[in-house]
Amino acid sequence: MKIKVYVTPKRNVLDPQGAAVGHALESLGLSGLKGSRVGKVVELDVEGADSPQFRAQLDKLCRDLLSNPVIEDYHYEIAGA
Amino acid sequence: MDIAVLQFPGSNCDQDAFQLFSRGLRLPTRYVWHKDTRLGGADLVVLPGGFSYGDYLRCGAIARFSPVMGAVLEYARKGGLVLGICNGFQILCEAGLLPGALIRNSSLEFRCMTCELSVEDAGPAFNPGALGDRIRLPIGHGEGNYRIDEAGRARLEANRQVLLRYRENPNGSLEGIAGVRNEGGNVFGMMPHPDRAFERFHPSRDGLSVARAVLAARFPDLIRQSA
Repeated sequence: MKIKVYVTPKRNVLDPQGAAVGHALESLGLSGLKGSRVGKVVELDVEGADSPQFRAQLDKLCRDLLSNPVIEDYHYEIAGA
Repeated sequence: MDIAVLQFPGSNCDQDAFQLFSRGLRLPTRYVWHKDTRLGGADLVVLPGGFSYGDYLRCGAIARFSPVMGAVLEYARKGGLVLGICNGFQILCEAGLLPGALIRNSSLEFRCMTCELSVEDAGPAFNPGALGDRIRLPIGHGEGNYRIDEAGRARLEANRQVLLRYRENPNGSLEGIAGVRNEGGNVFGMMPHPDRAFERFHPSRDGLSVARAVLAARFPDLIRQSA
């Protein structure tokens, strides 16, 4: 199955990178910009089938390694078994 | 006395930290490779600065799962002294041994300069009486912007866990926080480099008193002798 894990800065945490990208977008002519946040996407290709146990394991890995819960949120999409 | 300086792939201040303790304080010091799973009889474990694992994913995020970190967690849980400098501080935060997290500097610039720092009253060994009100230490980092939620910040203040604050904030850190300790008082982390402040040709020699303050928590007699 193909998994995409999205890691984004928490809403209430300062995101200097997102702010800088927002300024650049405005200088390129984008008007009405109300926010810009920069995160990352981790793509995984894992053998096996989706299951509650697998999701529990994936959640733990997201909390322990792929995101830092102090400053980041994550969510994921799982496609194809 | 036995000082253990950890080496991760990408550590680049391991020799500076080694020299601070071995030559600066004249204490027996050795390196411990990140693949070792034992710390031996270490009295202080130092996580040095650098760019462990290329800062991939997040600074310190991968180093935190190095084989040696299992031993560090266990050692810290038993009350062993731990000092993280710069990337070492980031690793300790990622490992959950220190509260908070370090994100990109608000300027987005890598800041390399000497900073004036206020010494906070963080306990009997680490306070303005022992260190002086203000010290000067170099910084060199792109991700030193300290962040913690409001409840966490209140706990830090209530327990006097803030060690150092920048007089002029170089990176956007919340409340100018430059270094913190854990609640137990045995784990210390800071972005400024005491390991770049002990030789005559360094910008200051305040790194020596910071290193002594960390050790004094546990070894007051030894520190009195070497001072």
